Amino acid sequence: MRLEFVWNIEFQKMEMLSSSTSHTPELILYEFKQQNLPACKPVLKPSYVVEIVDRYDSECVPGAFRGNKVSFIKDSSLPKNCSRILKVRKHMKAPIYIYYHLDNYYQNHRRYVKSRSDQQLLHGLKSSNTGSCEPEESNNGLPVVPCGLIAWSLFNDTYTLIRGIKKMSINRKNIAWKSDRDSKFGKQVYPHNFQNGTLIGGGKLDPNIPLSDQEDLIVWMRTAAFPSFRKLYGRIEEDLEADDVIVVHLMNNYNTYSFGGKKKLVLSTSSWLGGRNDFLGVAYISVGGSSIILSIVFLLFHIKIPR
Amino acid sequence: MTRGRIRARLRRSHLHPFSCLRPNANNEEPHPLSGPGFSRIVHCNRPDRHLKKPLKYCSNYISTTKYNIATFLPKALYEQFYRVANFYFLVAAGLSLTAVAPFSPLSMIAPLAFVVGISMLKEALEDWRRFAQDMKVNSRKASVHKGDGVFGYKPWQKIQVGDVVKVEKDQFFPADLLLLSASYDDGVSYVETMNLDGETNLKVKRSLEVTLPLEDDEAFKNFTGTIKCEDPNPSLYTFIGNFEYEQQVYPLDPSQILLRDSKLRNTAYVYGVVIFTGFDSKVMQNSTKSPSKRSKIEKKMDKIIYILLSLLLLISSISSIGFAVKIKLQMPDWWYMQPLNPDSLYDPDQPSKSGLAHLVTALILYGYLIPISLYVSIEIVKVFQARFINQDIQMYDEESGNTAQARTSNLNEELGQVDTILSDKTGTLTCNQMDFLKCSIAGTAYGIRSSEVEVAAEKQMAMDLEEQDTQITNGSRCRKSAHNSWEDSRGGPEIELESVITSKCENDQKPAIKGFSFEDNKLMDGNWLKEPNTEVILLFFRILAICQTAVPELNEETGMFTYEAESPDEAAFLVAAREFGFEFCKRTQSSVFIREKYTHPGQLIEREFKILNLLEFTSKRKRMSVIVQDEDGQILLLCKGADSIIFDRLSKNGRVYETTTAKHLNDYGEVGLRTLALAYKKLDESEYSAWNDEFVKAKTSISADREAMLELVADMMEKDLILIGATAVEDKLQKGVPQCIDKLAQAGLKIWVLTGDKMETAINIGFSCSLLRQGMKQICITVMNSDAVAQESKQAVKENISMQITNASQMVKLEKDPHAAFALIIDGKTLSYALEDDMKHQFLALAVVCASVICCRVSPKQKALVTRLVKEGTGKTTLAIGDGANDVGMIQEADIGVGISGVEGMQAVMASDFSISQFRFLERLLVVHGHWCYKRIAQMICYFFYKNIAFGLTLFYFEAFTAFSGQSVYNDWYMLLFNVILTSLPVISLGVFEQDVSSEVCLQFPALYQQGPKNLFFDWYRILGWMGNGLYTSLVIFILNIMIFYNQAFRAEGQTADMAAMGATMFSCIITAVNCQIALTMSHFTWIQHLFVWGSVTTWYLFLLLFGMLPPYYSEDAHKILVEALGPAPIYWCTILLVTVACNLPYLAHISFQRCFNPMDHHIIQEIKYYKKDVEDQHMWRRERSKARQETKIGFTARVDAKIRQLKGKLQRRSSTLILPNCMPSPCQ
Repeated sequence: MRLEFVWNIEFQKMEMLSSSTSHTPELILYEFKQQNLPACKPVLKPSYVVEIVDRYDSECVPGAFRGNKVSFIKDSSLPKNCSRILKVRKHMKAPIYIYYHLDNYYQNHRRYVKSRSDQQLLHGLKSSNTGSCEPEESNNGLPVVPCGLIAWSLFNDTYTLIRGIKKMSINRKNIAWKSDRDSKFGKQVYPHNFQNGTLIGGGKLDPNIPLSDQEDLIVWMRTAAFPSFRKLYGRIEEDLEADDVIVVHLMNNYNTYSFGGKKKLVLSTSSWLGGRNDFLGVAYISVGGSSIILSIVFLLFHIKIPR
Repeated sequence: MTRGRIRARLRRSHLHPFSCLRPNANNEEPHPLSGPGFSRIVHCNRPDRHLKKPLKYCSNYISTTKYNIATFLPKALYEQFYRVANFYFLVAAGLSLTAVAPFSPLSMIAPLAFVVGISMLKEALEDWRRFAQDMKVNSRKASVHKGDGVFGYKPWQKIQVGDVVKVEKDQFFPADLLLLSASYDDGVSYVETMNLDGETNLKVKRSLEVTLPLEDDEAFKNFTGTIKCEDPNPSLYTFIGNFEYEQQVYPLDPSQILLRDSKLRNTAYVYGVVIFTGFDSKVMQNSTKSPSKRSKIEKKMDKIIYILLSLLLLISSISSIGFAVKIKLQMPDWWYMQPLNPDSLYDPDQPSKSGLAHLVTALILYGYLIPISLYVSIEIVKVFQARFINQDIQMYDEESGNTAQARTSNLNEELGQVDTILSDKTGTLTCNQMDFLKCSIAGTAYGIRSSEVEVAAEKQMAMDLEEQDTQITNGSRCRKSAHNSWEDSRGGPEIELESVITSKCENDQKPAIKGFSFEDNKLMDGNWLKEPNTEVILLFFRILAICQTAVPELNEETGMFTYEAESPDEAAFLVAAREFGFEFCKRTQSSVFIREKYTHPGQLIEREFKILNLLEFTSKRKRMSVIVQDEDGQILLLCKGADSIIFDRLSKNGRVYETTTAKHLNDYGEVGLRTLALAYKKLDESEYSAWNDEFVKAKTSISADREAMLELVADMMEKDLILIGATAVEDKLQKGVPQCIDKLAQAGLKIWVLTGDKMETAINIGFSCSLLRQGMKQICITVMNSDAVAQESKQAVKENISMQITNASQMVKLEKDPHAAFALIIDGKTLSYALEDDMKHQFLALAVVCASVICCRVSPKQKALVTRLVKEGTGKTTLAIGDGANDVGMIQEADIGVGISGVEGMQAVMASDFSISQFRFLERLLVVHGHWCYKRIAQMICYFFYKNIAFGLTLFYFEAFTAFSGQSVYNDWYMLLFNVILTSLPVISLGVFEQDVSSEVCLQFPALYQQGPKNLFFDWYRILGWMGNGLYTSLVIFILNIMIFYNQAFRAEGQTADMAAMGATMFSCIITAVNCQIALTMSHFTWIQHLFVWGSVTTWYLFLLLFGMLPPYYSEDAHKILVEALGPAPIYWCTILLVTVACNLPYLAHISFQRCFNPMDHHIIQEIKYYKKDVEDQHMWRRERSKARQETKIGFTARVDAKIRQLKGKLQRRSSTLILPNCMPSPCQ
């Protein structure tokens, strides 16, 4: 668990004394005279990002299969459930974001990136423009919805978090971009013929839920820029106190063993700058610092050797 | 017409005993014409016979265009794709249609089509302009025989071989003609060939005797004849042919041929038969295809593109090897890519094949390293620059109404790198008009007006004096003493400065009479009668009036006579004589009539002088004499000629005025005047008749050496002369020429004069435009007495010249005085040897160490050869400037050709890259526009490479993170817009509007110009620096971005950045960084630059916003990216700020460092200007200005410096040894 401090600006709104329904000029003038105008009062205080990272890919393989993890993960008859214990070191303020972190996974590979059909995602079977989905365009002569390698390799590990004895609710709504839900994934498009082939890739989709509501898919289909990436899994909407112990029941379904990729579960709060980001601060300080040093050097030169 | 008839009674041939020798009828054998090369047959007056083959010759239509409608497309396309970068993009666009392409085909083809389309449009426009010029020439009208003795006008292009053409005075010949008859009875006509060979004196042409009766329109009714002659060839001075007329065959020689583009002068009209038309004519045969020139910068740019191409190849190979390795070793493990279902491009079993296919992909992907829009941007910029040159009001000539014209815009930046200027003389430096300015009669100098050189030098000296005055106040003792002595010396009688200092001449007081600027009351208005030596003065004026070959013409309006003379000097003499009261009013076959005004006060007396003999002027004799008998029966020989010749021929008692006259001649020469000495002698009747008998004998002799005999006889007569004085004529320089040359010299340019004129004239002009000055060591390289040498073996001559060159080089090498200047003067004949392969480098080595070089009597071909020698020998940029067709060769050969427009004849302008109407505009063209354009283009190209490297390499780095798969992090549309829209306008505004210093400052600090020839802004150091900057920028952008966006949520809502967000952020960083970079590079901001630079940044966000609004079908992954994802994320904006600062910090530090510790000239000037130092501290400003002069040895500034040095030296020596120094002897004559 790591912490990060970011100066946060919080706005406290003054409550308005008078009824806020009427905004007549007289009233504004009155408020002005009485120095009672609504205002925001910025309070600068340090905010920090608390992050819990737990790598589970090798731990969740039973001891017998440690030597050959790939065969374990490929064997669908074996139980894949696994429990992890996380300790909260510091108070974590809601919302707490849950990410899965994959490593050595080339989601940005050209073959992979191209293998999708935006047309089909929006219009479903009505669209025949699925040439780019090769080699996951159709199965048994029937088109696949959603087609393409990206959808086919959907991440399918699942997490259940338990604090004490109580199962924590994970909000898995609104984790994708609104614009994706609204205009890129069709509301009337249902998965069809998905993961029915001989080769099963990743997760399956509920054929009764339209694509626009399959937010895991939507998140997954925003391909990551780098081979090591995090994707949002869900949100916990309650605070975690320091020294809380959280038990994670997870289904270790996804195969990262064949290419040696790590899998991590990440719990993190966020600040206005997003997640934990030491680098930005360091970079700002060093660039600013070198600017100051340069200016001092030039100043000294200027004093020493006037022109 | 009537006027012509009256004059036609004159037979002009007796005025030309030497050049008009009519070959004796006895040896008029027709040329034996046979064999190849002599196949042309012309049926005179029967153009209908030339309508079909084999007698159908090419039409008189000329075309200088590069393309026609049919050839435009293939030719222009070829030209476009001949460029490496364009060809690369063509191939890339072709491949973009296949599966290997990482981009959509549209994003490859659209920019290419745009770029090539604009370039071709420009080509088409330029060619259209050439076509319009041609049409103007082709549609000129000429009077052509239409049958039955009727002449009518026809456009030139319709003229056919065999047509009989009538050309009137001052018209150009429409084709090469055979002269049939002229308005003068003996078929003599005068032709000005300035457009062909640059010679200004008129050439005499005469027709065959047999065709003389064809003297009016009617006579051509039944005229027929046949000409058999040589095939078209470029030799201007030879012609071999036979004319069959009335069953007789007559030989033809060059003196019957009137060449196209030469002009009829002093002759009312001529008739001629067209022999060669259009491209067959000699002048067209001489013209070479105008070569397409490319500037040095552009050539270097090609090298850079090759470097980038190799870089591209390198990173593509790295990428494809990486790809192949990854695909072989790792892809089988990537189950999510279904490696068992591969397509051909990603086949783990065939990594080499996939790798090769990937190489193609990579070559296209990283193509952004090579700026596709570079060429088109440069072309757009150059078109604008050219327009600015065209519209520069400071280069507008009010007299002709012409502005400067950049006829090709390819060479703008080359103007800023010129090292050597090769200039024609006549029409370029001078306006070919002579003004009688001073004279020396009986040892007294007359004429108080100063020549232009004096005026210019005087101004400079006054300025320098003032400067010295101010320096004295600084308390420098040594300077003070120098100044005091300077004060003393001004009064010193042995120093001839008072004329320079005291004669305040009002420049604006223009001479009222053309050809006469003389001003001295002692001689004007008959006051000469009060002078001593009245007799001598009278004789002087009479020589001016009588010793000539001109024809007077009464101007009906003014009642004054104007004179049609063979040379402008002669016209100036006659005008002078007229003004002095000796008006030459009539010439008959044997007499000259002079109206004398003052000899008998109050009366106008017309005196007749019988011309007994006339010994005309030739360049070999360098003198002219007439033998006249006045009304009293006294026979006189009147002679004028070059001073050296005359001085050799004086009698013992004729040398009374020799020393003073010689001194005056020397002074006149120094201030750039053309001088002639006048002398006479009295002859007894018997003495004369004895000589005349011999003369007649010589004249009528048939033998081959008749010419030599004539010369010998003339020589006998022209001796024992009595010197009476000398004349000084100013070969009117064009306005502002000395000042311009001075400024150009200060700018560090070398100026060579190449002229077809005589050596004396050339040297005079050298003096008058300060290329030469007294005290400069003149190195004359000539072949001794030309005729004798002609017999000698060629080897001996060459050895002789080689010796001369070696000696001169030695002399230069041994010279200790740092201020010593050398001038090299060489004539055409010698040059023909010196330009041979084995000697030319020796010659060039000598020439480059000389401060000025003058080549005289050079042919057009030699001009081109000299130009090529300088261009190739020194490797520096040459500029040739000229106005006539004889300069075309050199204009085309030089790196930049400049034509002087305004004077008749457009050949030079047509062949040129730039045309200006006055020589003086060259200063502004080079020092202002050249300087600007050079810096603009240089900076622009550097920046172009910078921005494309900065952008292109980020693609490569990203590849490494995608297993080299060829995926780009940016949306296709961003990349398409990058070069075409988002970064092109600022760089174009840099190229069009950037000014390091204002034009006035450029002119005040000519030494700034040296930044161009030294190539300070486009050397490898700078280019690589910019490339390094690009590399650094790309690294900063990429590394900072991946570190910041690595795997964390980038906003408060917890989403992590995907590839689209990442790409958009990186691209935003690039756009901001490169646009801030260009803002740092610029030093001149108008609202246009602000608009373009900041507008480009804004455009990017606007684009992102609007593009995101489009339905996802069009916008793909950029859908609502700014509104929803990036815009509300503070980290996005923080990153842009950070990256932009980090990218530009090193450059900012670099330029600050440069400015502080290693400032260049323009930095200092910019600061002085910025702090308004020029207003507050005049002294400092002037000091900086004088420092900014390039060390030079020519120009009047150098002359003034030399004079001051000389005076100082004199004073020092006088105080120590009391020995007066001798004047530097000039080894030239």
